Amino acid sequence: MVLTGGEIVIRCLQEEKVEFVFGYPGGSVLYIYDAMFKQDKFKHVMVRHEQAAVHAADAYSRSSQKIGVCMVTSGPGVTNAVTGIATAYMDSIPLVIITGQVPTAYIGQDAFQECDTVGITRPCVKHNFLVKDVNDLAMTLKTAFYLAKTGRPGPVLVDIPKDISNHKCEFDYPKSVNLRSYNPVTKGHAGQIKKALQLLLEAKRPMIYTGGGVILSDAANRLTKLVKSLGFPITSTLMGLGGYPGTDKQFLGMLGMHGTFEANMAMQNCDVLLAIGARFDDRVIGNPANFNEVQRKIIHIDIDPSSISKRVKVDVPIVGNVPEVLDDMLKQLAASEEKSDPKALAVWWQQIEAWRAKNCLKYKRSDKLIMPQMVIEKLYEVTGGDAIITSDVGQHQMWAAQYFKFDKPRRWISSGGLGTMGFGLPAAMGASFANPKATVACVTGEGSIQMCIQELSTCKQYRLPIKIINLNNRYLGMVRQWQEMFHGNRYSESYVDALPDFVKLAESYGHVGMHIEKPGDVEPALRKAFTEHKNDLVFMNFITDQKANVFPMIAAGKGLSEMILAEDL
Amino acid sequence: MRHIISILLENEAGALSRVSGLFSARAYNIESLTVAPTEDSSLSRMTIVSVGSDDVIEQITKQLNKLIEVVKVVDLSEAPHVERELMLLKVRATGKDREEMKRIADIFRGRIIDVTESTYVIELTGNNAKLDAFLEAIGEELILETVRTGVCGVGRGDRILKV
Repeated sequence: MVLTGGEIVIRCLQEEKVEFVFGYPGGSVLYIYDAMFKQDKFKHVMVRHEQAAVHAADAYSRSSQKIGVCMVTSGPGVTNAVTGIATAYMDSIPLVIITGQVPTAYIGQDAFQECDTVGITRPCVKHNFLVKDVNDLAMTLKTAFYLAKTGRPGPVLVDIPKDISNHKCEFDYPKSVNLRSYNPVTKGHAGQIKKALQLLLEAKRPMIYTGGGVILSDAANRLTKLVKSLGFPITSTLMGLGGYPGTDKQFLGMLGMHGTFEANMAMQNCDVLLAIGARFDDRVIGNPANFNEVQRKIIHIDIDPSSISKRVKVDVPIVGNVPEVLDDMLKQLAASEEKSDPKALAVWWQQIEAWRAKNCLKYKRSDKLIMPQMVIEKLYEVTGGDAIITSDVGQHQMWAAQYFKFDKPRRWISSGGLGTMGFGLPAAMGASFANPKATVACVTGEGSIQMCIQELSTCKQYRLPIKIINLNNRYLGMVRQWQEMFHGNRYSESYVDALPDFVKLAESYGHVGMHIEKPGDVEPALRKAFTEHKNDLVFMNFITDQKANVFPMIAAGKGLSEMILAEDL
Repeated sequence: MRHIISILLENEAGALSRVSGLFSARAYNIESLTVAPTEDSSLSRMTIVSVGSDDVIEQITKQLNKLIEVVKVVDLSEAPHVERELMLLKVRATGKDREEMKRIADIFRGRIIDVTESTYVIELTGNNAKLDAFLEAIGEELILETVRTGVCGVGRGDRILKV
């Protein structure tokens, strides 16, 4: 069948069973949008800014395990999308981004809305393509979907010049992709797995540390099985929350810069560490020199060899897809006659319970001011924990991660690696499209929400019943916290002045707005939003304590054993 | 330590910038980089000389392997290998220097491939150290232009880097 390039793009998306394309039309993608107009197999979601298109596609993927797809035009369409692409890249989210480009003959001539898309996005994509011949289009798109999802996932961009989307050729969707240069390992090395189990069973103070890789590879069930059968303590990074039930007593909470005392202490003082789909980054272990002060054996399971021994030397590397490696581990464990030493384990747990007894997440309650932590606790109570929570970046993000207990994977959607303010609202849109029946809430602050606030319009158009929990302390809270702690209380440019009336703003977009100032009103307001206004978007503006800080905290450059606790101040 | 990293990669537009971009983005050092197609025109062979600790070189090879267009990566300096570099040197050759230049070139087994009344172009191949020694022997004041290709290398004997 002979089709135009634009029609081929549409057919490829249909073949890949794409449900939603998040995008924004423009000159260079007109032929593709024209072809889209004539079909109804997938739906296009028109956002208000290209950054939001990518964030929405990203969260669609995070909350559903499917590949997110977005489409933008050349030039500013692409540059606006870059923040979204970099966000997805840092968190290894599988996306296919289709971008328009100026016609082939104009490339390099500084044409209207031209930019070097492949060059600009190269450092923040898993791979990208410029299609120069319509005959290559179908294969390129097939390869893009294949690359996005396999191995360590990531965003893949396909740049299509306008003339290519109007050229015609015979269409036949390729059945498979064969790349001689790309063969990701999936199965872990049996000998290494055996060595790992040996170490784990001999451990006196074992610890399990998991990251986003567990979520991305859908390994949560297997992980839970393994952790249960070993009886070991487990912690998780921000990206891994929900990979193991947050309410289970073996779970020590999140670790890292704002991790719990017990998680960080157990991480630092264990004698054998099993790291799964995590990468020992600076926000997790802090300064590697401090981490290395204590001797421990480290086992590291990851699909990306370059993540292994990057910041911390590893003793037993296992390169492979997490679920497959865990399956092999469970099998070997069942067949093994060795058991871990129950006495040593009991002593270790006793130590951990002593750390846990510090109750490091307690905070000063107030009956005059709304404590932001309390809002998250109430949000957890009111939703029964049964919600998808997206966040922006800053103090509110840490409080959400600390006080909302995630029992299931793909419920916590947050920009961990890049730390992108403005992510929360478009992410809530993507999660809402992927899970139309789920309760979706966006925990944000008055700084972050204004970075993509225009998406309130998109939410109206598609009737997305998102609940926005705005923890409004009139400060860029995390910046203010650092200025208070490390810059002599000089609050340089961190006060957020001239805020809009968020209630009126929400109402002007046709949504429900609520203004909450008193601690006693927090729970009733939340209940009202989640029941009476179940089907509405509700913008809840909580006026919170301006001085609240996130604790525990490890200062930048310090190590896991150098936590600052709220009680120390 | 100095390492010679050999890479087979798809001979495609943009592949070179992916490699060089990787080095600059991750602050790895490049001492020299050479690239040209192989007997199979779909593949290019690239040789990069880099200096770094073992940990850094390990990361470099892992990150290179991660690039989609990279087919194979080998650290040549891990085992016996030969390395060569080609240099074209334009020197001022007048008066008594003319004879002296010719003599030094002969000693280093260089060849004079272009002659004018006042200049020579000398072609010389060898490893890094030999070329450096030659430059020193000629002396900075007589050198008009130095053009070096950067190192290329190959493993000795049965060590073969092929698809």
